[in-house]
Amino acid sequence: MSGVSRAEYCVIACAETWRDAGEILASPMGLIPSIGARLARHTFSPDLLLTDGEALLVTPDGTVEGWLPYRQHLTLVTGGRRHVMMGASQIDRYGNQNISCIGDWTKPKRQLLGVRGAPVNTLNNPTSYWIPKHSRRVFVEKADMVCGVGYDHALDARHHRIPRVVSDLGVFDFTTPDRSMRLASLHPEVTVDQVKEATAFAVTIPDDVPYTRDPTPAELHLIREVIDPRNTRIREVEA
Amino acid sequence: MSDKTMTSDEAASRLESGMTLGIGGWGSRRKPMALVRALLRTEITDLTVVSYGGPDVGMLAAAGRIRKLIAAFATLDSIPLEPHFRAARERGAFELMEIDEAMFMWGLHAAANRLPFMPVRAGIGSDVMRVNPELRTITSPYADGETFVAMPALRLDAALVHVNRADRQGNGQYLGPDPYFDDLFCEAADTAYVSCERIVDTADLAKEAPPPSLLLKRHVVTGVIEAPGGAHFTSCVPDYARDEAFQKTYATTPWPEFAARFLSGDEQAYQSAVKEATCPE
Repeated sequence: MSGVSRAEYCVIACAETWRDAGEILASPMGLIPSIGARLARHTFSPDLLLTDGEALLVTPDGTVEGWLPYRQHLTLVTGGRRHVMMGASQIDRYGNQNISCIGDWTKPKRQLLGVRGAPVNTLNNPTSYWIPKHSRRVFVEKADMVCGVGYDHALDARHHRIPRVVSDLGVFDFTTPDRSMRLASLHPEVTVDQVKEATAFAVTIPDDVPYTRDPTPAELHLIREVIDPRNTRIREVEA
Repeated sequence: MSDKTMTSDEAASRLESGMTLGIGGWGSRRKPMALVRALLRTEITDLTVVSYGGPDVGMLAAAGRIRKLIAAFATLDSIPLEPHFRAARERGAFELMEIDEAMFMWGLHAAANRLPFMPVRAGIGSDVMRVNPELRTITSPYADGETFVAMPALRLDAALVHVNRADRQGNGQYLGPDPYFDDLFCEAADTAYVSCERIVDTADLAKEAPPPSLLLKRHVVTGVIEAPGGAHFTSCVPDYARDEAFQKTYATTPWPEFAARFLSGDEQAYQSAVKEATCPE
């Protein structure tokens, strides 16, 4: 489909994360995941719960339908009826994610946020990731500090699942025999070589890599006119 | 019933170097900043600070008062990275017990319930276990056999929290959308100092909002401090939102300059300096 921006493909890829999720909380972190979650709520996943980013559960038009202060949010996480999409300063081949610090933890080169809720998220409910700038600095061989637990560390923790990683280049999952990262789809106009070039580890490339699907005209209308009319999405992914 | 009102300086004078101090609020939201400022006016240092960290952690770190920090993060919310926390970590200024947000909450619950630990399904498999080698696990004695982190109680010598309203006996009320964990901080502590926007008569507490807003019960409160603007520059809705412009000043001004300009006098001097900085004549 012509005229669809990269940011809009990213929105579609994020929205797909919550397809058929049922009546659970969608917790998107970042602009494009937020637009994606609302798009899913407007279209193929109408039972999703969404928050205002603080303590209220709201419908797409902003009507308050519930109360979810942090303490209850943590209970909801442990209850498992949630699919969060977090960011990552680093993510490695098994999906270990780092938002804490870069370098040696005892005296970091760059202190970042801290582990936040990544450990509780990854052991309790599906956790996907959104990376707006796919690069070798983010897609690293080994995360300096494991905040979000990857498949090699989780072993067979009963509620651990990383459905997918969405970047500005494509969509990735862990459906390989050793649960290492695999390219699931490329956004249109992206090449396999671009992905390899921007990834510090050997990502599994299937023989036939599909492209991320086009948005429907109705979805494009929702993104452009209803959910994000001020085009904030280009602040995360240009063009 | 005892009148627990005191000034923020009186509250700070009851704290001691080496204490384990819990600080309420969350990130840059309803932090007891007037109490933190009062603490900064003392010589108290060598603190173990337990906090869902924001500028409280940043300021105490910048002033060199923290020996050990127990936290899941430090952030200014609208500015994701707390600059002084960050600088202090990068120069290895204090010891850190870095734990997950849920582990932190259950640590407070354990302390409030006088339990040695609580089992938590968080931390296993993550580097939280690597960087905190003292953490132990516990296996369920039931058929599931699942292994959990035995999150130790985060018992506090003192808690500092800020709420919207309180009476003179220490019944505290929040009026915003989220109580955060301020009741747990008070219950987990041997002493608790509660600052508020306004002290009201007990009979007026239930007039402004329904009983579920009555977050803090007086039996776990030691001192009540009336401190209008006491959460500034963090948010204290509905009384006021975060002062984003001032927070930016805080985040971008070198600490010695910021401290000299805003923290060299008492609370009234702080509030005047803020007003002057915000609306210069």
